[in-house]
Amino acid sequence: MALLRITSPHTQRAGHRTAWVMQMVILATIPGIIVQSWLFGWGTLINLVIACITALASEAAILAIRRRAVGFFLKDYSALLTAVLLGVALPPIVPWWVTVTAVGFAIIFAKQLYGGLGNNPFNPAMVGYAIVLVSFPVPMSQWLGVQDIIASGNTLSFMQSLQAIFHHLPAVDAYTMATPLDGFKHKDLLDSQTAFSTIPALQAASLNSWLWVNLAYLAGGLALLWLRIITWHTPVALLAALFVMATVFHLIDPNNTATPLFHLTTGAAMFGAFFIATDPVSSCTSNRGKLIYGAGIAILIYIIRSWGGYPDGVAFGVLLMNFAAPLIDYYTQPRTYGHKKAKTGLKIGEDN
Amino acid sequence: MKMSAEVTTDESTQDSGPSANYAEIIYNGIWKNNPALVQLLGLCPMLAVTSTVVNALGLGLATMVVLVGSNIAVSLIRNYVADAVRLPAFVMIIASFTTCIELIMQAYTYELYQILGIFIPLIVTNCAILGRADAFASRNPVLPSALDGFMMALGFMVILVTLGAMRELIGQGTLFSDMHLLFGDMAIHWKWVVFENYPNVLFAVLPPGAFIGLGLLIAGKNYLDEREKKRLAVQKAQDGPSESKRVRVTGQAS
Repeated sequence: MALLRITSPHTQRAGHRTAWVMQMVILATIPGIIVQSWLFGWGTLINLVIACITALASEAAILAIRRRAVGFFLKDYSALLTAVLLGVALPPIVPWWVTVTAVGFAIIFAKQLYGGLGNNPFNPAMVGYAIVLVSFPVPMSQWLGVQDIIASGNTLSFMQSLQAIFHHLPAVDAYTMATPLDGFKHKDLLDSQTAFSTIPALQAASLNSWLWVNLAYLAGGLALLWLRIITWHTPVALLAALFVMATVFHLIDPNNTATPLFHLTTGAAMFGAFFIATDPVSSCTSNRGKLIYGAGIAILIYIIRSWGGYPDGVAFGVLLMNFAAPLIDYYTQPRTYGHKKAKTGLKIGEDN
Repeated sequence: MKMSAEVTTDESTQDSGPSANYAEIIYNGIWKNNPALVQLLGLCPMLAVTSTVVNALGLGLATMVVLVGSNIAVSLIRNYVADAVRLPAFVMIIASFTTCIELIMQAYTYELYQILGIFIPLIVTNCAILGRADAFASRNPVLPSALDGFMMALGFMVILVTLGAMRELIGQGTLFSDMHLLFGDMAIHWKWVVFENYPNVLFAVLPPGAFIGLGLLIAGKNYLDEREKKRLAVQKAQDGPSESKRVRVTGQAS
């Protein structure tokens, strides 16, 4: 099967340089980073620093081994973007070696082994995330709770965060709490109404904090749309399909499913829709393809959240659709301007 | 997997003629035509059971017994089996040897037998074995066939153990744990805890880690081959052209 030949969208987008695009995406995560730091303390920022250092070091090392221009490729900010996306996706108090593993794997295995920026079939950040999620389930499931609900009643100080990340904080259990998605996943036999009134992670304060996180990423994503760095197709298709899936199943069985609003405002829904799924290298390129791609991710997210083994499914959904992206592109090839729509479709045999 | 055996059969026919010398057989088995790294045969057991050194070693030894035995047996009967029924005959031979090793492991290393489980009977379907029987043993005398079987199995086992060591080291931070399953009570202290307080990396223990580990091993082999090729090219260039060529200066070459 011949794949589409596409001029690299990651090198020239809207007449701007790669570095500018990557910088803007990094800047667009700032509202989300601020909200996360405000809610969960310094951990996110420390993670970001560790992630950025690891990303630059591993990218430089591999580039040097491959005898490529180190400075040139470091200055396109793509490694930093991967690091930032991973840094905000990982839990705020995850031990430092988890961050280093995730970022190192993302840069070395998911990106540079395939040939560097523009050649990776999978989203590097999500590969790194999936690796540590599979490998270290315990630290990856420890999220900090909001201060109103957790036992200690306040957020971790800077020193405590450092201690939790680099050494071991004995009192950390007083600060951690299940995320709403995790809490809902483990409601076991409770019906939805009881779950939302009894499980701490599903109380209004916890839900609102995640609503704020998602709104912040929504704002960043809208800025990216306004700058025309991303198109509306993928995020809109993703969020709409997630909404439809959640609505349909909520109407069918309101006792055991969560509301569509819950699915859209918890977990990584907005972050995934605007920052992960829109990666120009590993996603679809045609507009119709992007719609299918986004909707496919949303369906997978809903399936994994509802019936899968993990509370959230953005990483696995994106990776699975990355597999399908070339195929989707093949079947959604846009019509050349001035040519009629093909009546018979693409038949391989007729090429000869 | 069955198909790939046929492919390698044709390919390796030329270089394993009846007069293959022993050094070449050894080099082919361990490096140049390594069943795990080059032929990529027997991937299923290789990826599934190499989570620790002892599992890899156990399966490698079992495969070795079957491969050597089947090569000898196939070589012995090679002149008496009609071409049309040779593959069924080979499979019957391999299956009997596999049953033998299965019963032996059940008797002497029962726990390891339980850990390896279905992958011991599945040695029958290991294409490396059928491939060697058809490509080498069925057209060579007994002694070269036995050596070929041994060397191929050794090459397979070395890769299995390397992969097992990589995955055990990364996955659990230990080496040679549970070796008493294979070597009896004297091996119970062989376990070497390389990293204390190591968080288990489940990814390396699970099959995806095996794929990546095998990919790295293949890449390493290709890198070494490439370097060797370059070294030979440089040496050849230094030696200079072996003979001076006469250059045609008049007339036209038709």
